[in-house]
Amino acid sequence: MATELTFDPVRLPPECVALRKEVRAFLAKEMEAGTLNANIGGGIDGAFSEEFSRKVGAKGWIGMTWPKKYGGRERSFLERFVVTEEFRVANAPVRLHFVADRQSGPVILKYGSERVKADILPRICKGEVCFAIGMSEPNSGSDLFAAKTKATKTKGGWLINGTKIWTSSAHHAHYLIGLFRTSPPSKENRRHGLTQFVVDMKTPGIQVNPVYQMTGQHDFNEVVFQDAFMPDDHVLGEVDGAWKQATSELAYERSGPERFLETFYVLTDLVRVLGEKPDTRGAEGIGRLVAQVHSLRRMSVSVAGMLHAGKEPVVEAAIVKDVGTIWEQKLPHKARDLAAFVEEGSANRATFEQQMTYATMIAPKLTIQGGTTEILRGIIARGLGLR
Amino acid sequence: MGSESLIVDTATRIFRDFCDPQTVNRAADDAWKAPAWAALEEAGLTLAWVPETQGGAGADLADGFAVLRETGRFAVALPLAETLLAGWLLARAGIASAKGAMTCGPTRDGERLTLAGNGTLSGALRAVPFAKGAKHLAVLARREAGGSAVALIEAAQARVGEGTSIGGDPLNTLSFNGARPSSVKDAPADLDEQAMLLMGAAARAMQMAGALEAILDLSVAYANERIAFERAIAKFQAVQHNLARLAGEVAVAIAAAGSAADAIANTPAFDEAVFLEAASAKIRVGEAATEGAAIAHQVLGAIGFTKEHTLHRFTRRLWAWRDDFGNESFWAVKLGHLVAAKGADELWPMLAER
Repeated sequence: MATELTFDPVRLPPECVALRKEVRAFLAKEMEAGTLNANIGGGIDGAFSEEFSRKVGAKGWIGMTWPKKYGGRERSFLERFVVTEEFRVANAPVRLHFVADRQSGPVILKYGSERVKADILPRICKGEVCFAIGMSEPNSGSDLFAAKTKATKTKGGWLINGTKIWTSSAHHAHYLIGLFRTSPPSKENRRHGLTQFVVDMKTPGIQVNPVYQMTGQHDFNEVVFQDAFMPDDHVLGEVDGAWKQATSELAYERSGPERFLETFYVLTDLVRVLGEKPDTRGAEGIGRLVAQVHSLRRMSVSVAGMLHAGKEPVVEAAIVKDVGTIWEQKLPHKARDLAAFVEEGSANRATFEQQMTYATMIAPKLTIQGGTTEILRGIIARGLGLR
Repeated sequence: MGSESLIVDTATRIFRDFCDPQTVNRAADDAWKAPAWAALEEAGLTLAWVPETQGGAGADLADGFAVLRETGRFAVALPLAETLLAGWLLARAGIASAKGAMTCGPTRDGERLTLAGNGTLSGALRAVPFAKGAKHLAVLARREAGGSAVALIEAAQARVGEGTSIGGDPLNTLSFNGARPSSVKDAPADLDEQAMLLMGAAARAMQMAGALEAILDLSVAYANERIAFERAIAKFQAVQHNLARLAGEVAVAIAAAGSAADAIANTPAFDEAVFLEAASAKIRVGEAATEGAAIAHQVLGAIGFTKEHTLHRFTRRLWAWRDDFGNESFWAVKLGHLVAAKGADELWPMLAER
């Protein structure tokens, strides 16, 4: 067989069951206290809570797979999976720490200098540190290797000049992991010449300008660097060799349950609005959506199991994100169709419509952020041996 | 796990030697079938799900499901899945299986067979795969006096209609009019018509997952070979993206079917978790079959539409298998009603069970 896709069935081990109970009890308490509302789609600003992130940190649920030496708990990737999905479905305000927990921390752990690791990782685990990702530029989005923002060698470090854009949370972020050009691309390898840095956002010479989204919310930013100084030990990995470091993290970034559960409340509210005894059309609609999200989740659990076993399922992870985001993007529109004959003024309809407004508006971003559909399909095609 | 690879390897070897899709597609008649079936019987594969004490191979459920995925990969036109299911049904009731090809029922929603007080069987089944050609039938029936029973009955005791599925395999009506089973025993408590359909649904999902894998392989190989506009069509982005979509459907099918099979193999009874798994698998894998077959046919163009090419051996069976043991709509309505009755707040806990 030319193409071998692996999605072995993975059953979450008993420690995950116990942990899930603990997480649900914690979330229930927070819901009671009014910190979060599982049934109200999270506005991004509302999803940012210093108080909540610190509580999660105190529970040991940030950086929980990392070494104890850096503040982690050395728990399994499957346990992290449980925390991630329970928080996501509850609409918990995790915006402050989530990017650091999912990707920035692991990159630092793998490529950071000892000083940077010892300084930053324990604070991530405490829920004190927000990270942004500085990849895209005004003229380089999906084509990461076209990045032009420069890091020029100077005494004891580097000077950064240029502009990053679409940078989520940069206005809250304490740090940013940036991809900067340290050398021109070589003839043989156009991906050569880029280096990853961990950038302290307090560094003089960094300006953050808001870019408002079509929902009216402020999440995106433009980040302008003017002679911003980065010390040498803030380089992550190999100078000019960032392209070698990008691939393995992508499996973590792309296959998680947050990729198709961001608007799970739409499905929950659809079930609520259609009532206990839906007609055949409503029942079939719910049944298909439930079967689809169940299957996505089983795929995602399977990839988590492979990561847990130390594999690098890059193609499988790209597939989870591709299929998952396409599904989630259609979800509010399918829910709209299925609820079309629910009577005006009937119970739960107002809440449902309010939810739908937000979910419908954010749907377009799902297939763009973190690797567009087109990029993902290119990765899958390469995995199939077509490129 | 060691035994799994042995059984699956044996099955794969037999399929490669006796059921190669290319060879079978070129064959002038069905002469290949008898030696293929003999080889499967010889290796104990036809009664894999029957305990050794009842003359079977006593394989794990997981092993049998893995073999079923291979039947899909080879588009095997033999009643292996049906015989496995029949053997499983009989074994659950403690009835020893018969030799030779078997099939089972009911296979569709709402079908009921009745077992009268005098031990005779009556009722009709609308669409039983491979009933024509089967020597024995294993059926689940309701006793007139109450309770369910499993019966083994010679096919000659039933009226078997003519019929062929869209996949080209026998698909027949079966009717019993006071027929006499050779063996009847009470069904275990958790084994009702729905459990029978769920088991069949998981089996068909595994077969469809295998067939989807096969059409992905066929499509990728063809795209890399076929030159148009002076390059392999695999180099065109539109073709690449179609194949990436196909890979996505194949991946969902493997994950959903594998998860359902795993749930059945590791849960003692047909409970709600098994229902969610098997119903979801049949729904989602059925959807993948529809999407996947369409993409493969698009990539292969006119050649894929010929009798000469093997693609139809897979796509036609994918279409047919969607309908056996409950189609997508049937299970979706059932699952939707279950979710609605439990209520919105129970949805996530149900999904996060495993």
